[in-house]
Amino acid sequence: MAKRASIVLIGLCALVLGSGVAFMTLGLRGNLAFVLELRGIRLCALIVVGVAIGVSTVLFQTVTRNRILTPSIMGLDALFVLGQTTLVFVLGGLGFSSLDPRLTFAGEIGLLMVLALALFLPMLRAQMDMGMLLLVGVVLGVLFRSLTSLIARLIDPNDFAVAQQASFASFNDLEPNLLALSAVLTMLGAIVAWRMRHELDVISLGADAAIGLGIAWRSAVTGILILVAALVAVSTALVGPVAFLGLIAVALGERMIDTRRHGVLLPTVALVAVAILVCGQILFQHMLGSASALGVVVEFVGGIVFLALLLAGVRR
Amino acid sequence: MIDIRNVSLSHGGTRVLDDISLTVPKGGVTALVGPNGAGKSSLLSLIARLQPLQDGQITVDGLPVGKTPSRQLAKTLAVLRQDPAIGSRLRVGELVALGRFPHHRGRPGPEDRRIVAETLDEFDLATLADKFVETLSGGQRQRVLVAMTFCQGTDYVLLDEPLNNLDMYHARQLMRYVRRVADEKTRTIVIIVHEINYAAAYADHIVAMKSGRLEAHGPTAEVLGPAMLKQVFGYEMSVLKGQSPLVAHY
Repeated sequence: MAKRASIVLIGLCALVLGSGVAFMTLGLRGNLAFVLELRGIRLCALIVVGVAIGVSTVLFQTVTRNRILTPSIMGLDALFVLGQTTLVFVLGGLGFSSLDPRLTFAGEIGLLMVLALALFLPMLRAQMDMGMLLLVGVVLGVLFRSLTSLIARLIDPNDFAVAQQASFASFNDLEPNLLALSAVLTMLGAIVAWRMRHELDVISLGADAAIGLGIAWRSAVTGILILVAALVAVSTALVGPVAFLGLIAVALGERMIDTRRHGVLLPTVALVAVAILVCGQILFQHMLGSASALGVVVEFVGGIVFLALLLAGVRR
Repeated sequence: MIDIRNVSLSHGGTRVLDDISLTVPKGGVTALVGPNGAGKSSLLSLIARLQPLQDGQITVDGLPVGKTPSRQLAKTLAVLRQDPAIGSRLRVGELVALGRFPHHRGRPGPEDRRIVAETLDEFDLATLADKFVETLSGGQRQRVLVAMTFCQGTDYVLLDEPLNNLDMYHARQLMRYVRRVADEKTRTIVIIVHEINYAAAYADHIVAMKSGRLEAHGPTAEVLGPAMLKQVFGYEMSVLKGQSPLVAHY
């Protein structure tokens, strides 16, 4: 089994490296330095987003003990967008744009952490079953999206353009200012998750078994939720909501290694997510002529995977 | 020694446990008996800090429950809840090995591996070690969970209806194992059983509960009699005395 996992991991590393090189070099023309710099920034962003989504989805599924929930299905990224739109509403489009993006970003992350804790901690304490959690998540997601569009109607069109710019899924116009900060945050998050990998194996057994094995349940779950919120904020701030990427990455990764042990699962899922993003972006730029957004196709394929998982009865 | 002082518990206005004070002596097997809804599982989960104490104090081997760090208590006390849903995609060997987690925090040494292998053998699980837990039958799963609990190697073990789903052969095996562990390693085992005759045959002490109250407790031979059984379960049953062990007809 360990052998299979290492083969899968090596294969995935090779795939990510190969697609990274292809992304940088395919169809190069014009001012080399400029194009390479642009592509390099974009590649970094794809990697950061892939890792953030992969790791946050694994953590969230472990805490909720559920294989079809993801932070975005539970409306966490919609919550982030709501926060952002509210900020534009309160500060005005000019005020929002003139703020240091790193400052607003930090504020948004903090807000998301607090709200995520306030929402999900009581639900986890009550040990809701899967159906209930899913229902609550869908309702919350709709609520946040509706509130966002309500506020979007209230603000004037110029401000709305600012808000939409900030919250629409796009891998093409990135905020380079945020990239360095996001990369650092994601790396820290990934390191924390990796150090917790053994605890996570125990936590995935459920509250009772985990407490019995000496996990300080409440603080562990609080910590994990904060981590998830930070990672979701990072990926949403960089490219906007990508609802199903985490779900596909975890489902595929778990199939490949056939285990739920976090020591193997975390790196596998992160690599799968990065590979999907980079390969998808290559496909778009060179074959589909950037006709649509990567997010759209990821969501389309992801939706089908989600339905397939539901139908196959993979509930936990 | 497990010392329970004036413990009460309410859920949404209903009193689940009513001022329980009890001392479970160190070493030996204590059977917790009583009808459904007597509060046996609640008492067990309070001792094992699975839910917070509302009223009263509990100490396990001198460690106050609720004030002792969970991690430290996990080396003293292991607990198996009734029907825990193990959702994770794990193999039998991996799951049983997680029982050693409090000792190695994720980095098992040779000693941990030896104990896991021994426990797997002890519970007839060696041939199942590479199977996924979710593919097992109810009884096999139950044995895996009991094995994991004993793998933790603690002086105190709390088992909530461990005989659920077990066939007669494996139920007897489990009770004999519990007896042997209690005798040879002087461990303290608290076990919830519904089958009175298992309690009669294997337990040193009986604790009888009903409607959140303590009805009787003491050494098996003294406590187990027609009067107590009628008081707790609500109907006459004859107990064959003079036999070893006692046999209740019900």
